[in-house]
Amino acid sequence: MWLRAARYWGYQYKRTWRSSVVTSFLIPVLYLAAMGVALGSLIDKHSHGVDGVTYVAFLAPGLLAGTCMQIGTNDATYPVMGAIKWVRTYFAQLAGPLSVYDVLLGHLAWIAARLAIVSTIYLSVMAIFGVIYSPWAILALPAAVLTGMAFAGPVSAFAATQDKDSSFSTLYRFAIIPMFLFSGTFFPVSQLPTWLEIVAYCLPLYHGVSLCRDLTLGQVSWADLGHVAYLSALGAAGYAAGRRTFAKRLLV
Amino acid sequence: MGAPDAGAASPMVEARGLVKRFGDFVAVDGVDFSIAKGESFGFLGPNGAGKTSTMRMISCISPLSGGTLSVLGMDPSKDGPRIRARMGLVPQEDSLDLELTVLDNLMIYGRYFDMPKKVIRERADQLLDFAQLTERAHDRVDPLSGGMKRRLTIARALISDPDLLILDEPTTGLDPQARHLLWDRLYRLKQEGVTLVITTHYMDEAEQLCDRLVVMDKGRFAAEGTPRELIEKYSTKEVVELRFAPGQHEAVAPSLTKLAERQEVLPDRILLYTDDGDAAVVEVARMGHLPRATLVRRSTLEDVFLRLTGRSLVD
Repeated sequence: MWLRAARYWGYQYKRTWRSSVVTSFLIPVLYLAAMGVALGSLIDKHSHGVDGVTYVAFLAPGLLAGTCMQIGTNDATYPVMGAIKWVRTYFAQLAGPLSVYDVLLGHLAWIAARLAIVSTIYLSVMAIFGVIYSPWAILALPAAVLTGMAFAGPVSAFAATQDKDSSFSTLYRFAIIPMFLFSGTFFPVSQLPTWLEIVAYCLPLYHGVSLCRDLTLGQVSWADLGHVAYLSALGAAGYAAGRRTFAKRLLV
Repeated sequence: MGAPDAGAASPMVEARGLVKRFGDFVAVDGVDFSIAKGESFGFLGPNGAGKTSTMRMISCISPLSGGTLSVLGMDPSKDGPRIRARMGLVPQEDSLDLELTVLDNLMIYGRYFDMPKKVIRERADQLLDFAQLTERAHDRVDPLSGGMKRRLTIARALISDPDLLILDEPTTGLDPQARHLLWDRLYRLKQEGVTLVITTHYMDEAEQLCDRLVVMDKGRFAAEGTPRELIEKYSTKEVVELRFAPGQHEAVAPSLTKLAERQEVLPDRILLYTDDGDAAVVEVARMGHLPRATLVRRSTLEDVFLRLTGRSLVD
């Protein structure tokens, strides 16, 4: 049933997939070229890379996780509000044989599919840049999707409670952007003052970044299972909350 | 739900003591009704009377606050998706995807019902013809007129060939041409045996389309019956409308009381409710009154409606 709801979003995507794919390819190319290679050469010259690898190899998986966080968040904010208030897609879906849970699950499934598309492109770009160090990297694809879903779950549950989109820019300003900068994406969190380092360990993106990095660099350890557990729990909790907030908002 | 009457087909929709509350506000206050197969049933009432809340409960998207409801023999709280699989829903607010084409809107909707693409395509062609939208099939929905969008919403609701069609104010905001076209299409569906449930605040619409209707006011049924029965019960056969020079109404009105079963004095005219309008007009002339304009007309549902729900504005 939920698959039928997901199809709608696929239908929508068919109109814009070209520009979306081009963007998904260009962004990592530009970032990795400018920050990874150009800025990275400075860093590598002065401190011989980061944690034993070149800066670009260190940065790329971090950016992958960060990108997935942004897509997961973005696709779970405005499109959710739009499907409630503007396009009213959810109501069209609820007029048919779908339940409110199918509607939610269908949308989340679509976000996961989109994350998979973007991550595949991202990982291909990383391969071109020669920063895939291990066959474990194949698992970076589901890891990146999981990272995105750890955000899409709770954020969609939150979005369904909102009446105005102004709360979304607050979410970006105070949660997403700081997390993007301070979760070990651009530098190891060990560079942070101790108290901030501890804060960083609690952030979901830190776990997404660490997981993706360990996989592409082939530095897999038991800690990665912890990252998976943390991200899965967050996504699942978000879905559980979404079941409630969607029902409360849509079935009145 | 009690046992159905022996021999009677089980109703499409049956409600007993149906209640919908929003916090302290009671939108639907314990109503009973039963809609038979093939019937076209109307909910009339001013804004805020509880029509849409009732419709939303029937469409299984609004949980009941009290009472019992059975739709297509099933329980909306448990079988919502199964009920909706056999139902076509035309909500008050269109939920079309404006960015997509007319045809894509139908295709996507059909996919919600898991119909094969080929079947949807065939059905879509028929429905586009039915809704007179064939030429716009490949246009985006956004620039279409209100009437076209409404027709598309109705066509979309019919994609799965439903047994029960729910229409919440199907023609509100449309011009007369569009309304007549829609009525014609809905009438055809009725002929085909589709059960229609309609809310409206247009009396002519109710008279055109409904076999049976209820007048809702403040969450309750103020009256129910066929349009004919309601007119007979709550109004007279005819209505005489008299217009006098400004300011004369109050002076003239008392002397006219005995000419009619019921009289209504409005700022611009006096209404005399009587079974014989012509006789009343003759009587008015004999009394020496000279109205500037006289009109004798048949009673309509509008007279019933205004009598039951009052003339003051509700919002």
